[in-house]
Amino acid sequence: MHPALSVIFFTVVSGAGFGLYSLTAILQLFRLGPAMDRSELLTALITAFVLIVAGLISSTGHLANPKNAWRSFMRVKTSWLSREAVLAVIFFPFGFLYLLGVYLYGAHVPAFFGLMGLIGIVLGFMTVFATGMIYACLKTMRQWNTPLVPANYLLMGLTLGALFHLAIEAYYGANLQFITGVAGTALVMTGVMKGIYYYWIIKTSGPSINTATTFTRATVRLLDVGHTAGTFLTEEFGYQVEAGRLLMLKALVFGFGFILPLILIVAAAASQGAGFLLATLAVLSSLAGKGIERWLFFAEARHVVNLYHGAQHT
Amino acid sequence: MRLGLVIDLDTCVGCHACAVACKQWNTSGTTGPLTDYRPYGADPSGVWFNRIRHYEVGEYPNSKTINFPMSCMHCEDADCVTVCPTGASYKRKEDGVVLIDQTKCMGCNYCSWACPYGARELDRESGTMKKCTLCIDRIYDETLAEIDRQPACVITCPAHARFFGDFDDQNSEVSRLVRERDGMQLMPELGYNPTNRYLPPRINTPIPTEDVRRDSLAGKVKEWVNKAVAR
Ligand code: SF4
Ligand code: SF4
Repeated sequence: MHPALSVIFFTVVSGAGFGLYSLTAILQLFRLGPAMDRSELLTALITAFVLIVAGLISSTGHLANPKNAWRSFMRVKTSWLSREAVLAVIFFPFGFLYLLGVYLYGAHVPAFFGLMGLIGIVLGFMTVFATGMIYACLKTMRQWNTPLVPANYLLMGLTLGALFHLAIEAYYGANLQFITGVAGTALVMTGVMKGIYYYWIIKTSGPSINTATTFTRATVRLLDVGHTAGTFLTEEFGYQVEAGRLLMLKALVFGFGFILPLILIVAAAASQGAGFLLATLAVLSSLAGKGIERWLFFAEARHVVNLYHGAQHT
Repeated sequence: MRLGLVIDLDTCVGCHACAVACKQWNTSGTTGPLTDYRPYGADPSGVWFNRIRHYEVGEYPNSKTINFPMSCMHCEDADCVTVCPTGASYKRKEDGVVLIDQTKCMGCNYCSWACPYGARELDRESGTMKKCTLCIDRIYDETLAEIDRQPACVITCPAHARFFGDFDDQNSEVSRLVRERDGMQLMPELGYNPTNRYLPPRINTPIPTEDVRRDSLAGKVKEWVNKAVAR
């Protein structure tokens, strides 16, 4: 698949925003970790909203005909893309009411605003799940057609959210012990999940050139594709990365995405004074790693239409 | 009704006439124009509903060249329709034809990701998705003679490799052909249940080719001269 930058930016950044929102609200509503004051909560929630909105705006960048984008709310019954759009929009009133509660009452929000916050958490998770399902529901790409994909989207969002949260707590000089535990656990779980995914997609399965052409009892070889230049199909689906580069990029995913941030946040929790700087570096490193991860997610997916262009398997 | 095409892989000669006729008819049809990019440049490209690819099946010398025309299969369980968030893609209840409403499409490419057969192409000029309409504006045109109410590709095929009809009608030519010659679906394991069927090549004895190259002395000289003279 051709990796579109707007979609990569959208899935990483919005996912991080929803993760940050959910984590902050959970920690505050269930009184977990060190107490946060009003300005700390506001910073976290507003950062989350900025991330979500920036991502959503960028997602319209890959539409060839954006003037019809409003119609994407029309098919909630069947389309995961439609569901994601609707969920993302419904999230806002609830998220904003919770934000308003925090603005008015600080850390001790009344029950009504707390309830809004809870609904916001659920909607945030559902939105990220729907984003994952957009890809996981496609039977044409076996690298996407797995429950590992929505699980990965949820965990990635949560991990980035935890790192953002940690950086904000560090900025306010809070005790980082608890949040470092949360972010560290999230990093390890997400890294393991990604490893399982990479292992899982090594195996070839599904349609082959034989079932694609009905000639299941003979060898089939492409003689000519019948077109003289690239077509929409070859540009959209023909994208390929060489094996050596793939391996290097995967190493970068783990290095920047998981290992380096883990070291940085542990150092941040231990250090006096440099906590915020180290935590910010952890966020940046993880964003870079997850950007590469998302790029690979697209670049490695092989659409079955490639069978007709010479691939023997996908 | 379940309208669709039957394509005879035994008789298709790979001349691309169906693709050209399709482009000609549909570029001025309901979803047209079908944009051409850089038509006079080094690598002209464009939107086509129908593409023909060529394969070698089996091992030489017992291999066979198969020409493989593909357009939308008008699938029974069409995921391209299910995934479309705008409702621009739809499958007509009355005859099973899968169409795109050009006024609703937002060009997100999602349906093209869902189609296993590469039947959908984005028109970068209009920003909307385009695909085979089974010549919907032709097969229902009462002003045309009965015999002309067929898709352009079917009418034009010089090898008579294409047939159009109703698969729900057991007595139609397409149903009969599928029954008698084992009409096949492409990638049935994906579960799209494509309506279009492909007829496998008939089994016939291979034509011996060992003696083709054995030539007379005069023939050999002639061949050498032909090769040596620069044209
Ligand atoms: S061939 Fe592709 S575009 Fe046509 S109905 Fe099937 S899935 Fe949809
Ligand atoms: S490109 Fe158009 S027809 Fe295809 S899924 Fe998107 S809105 Fe629907």
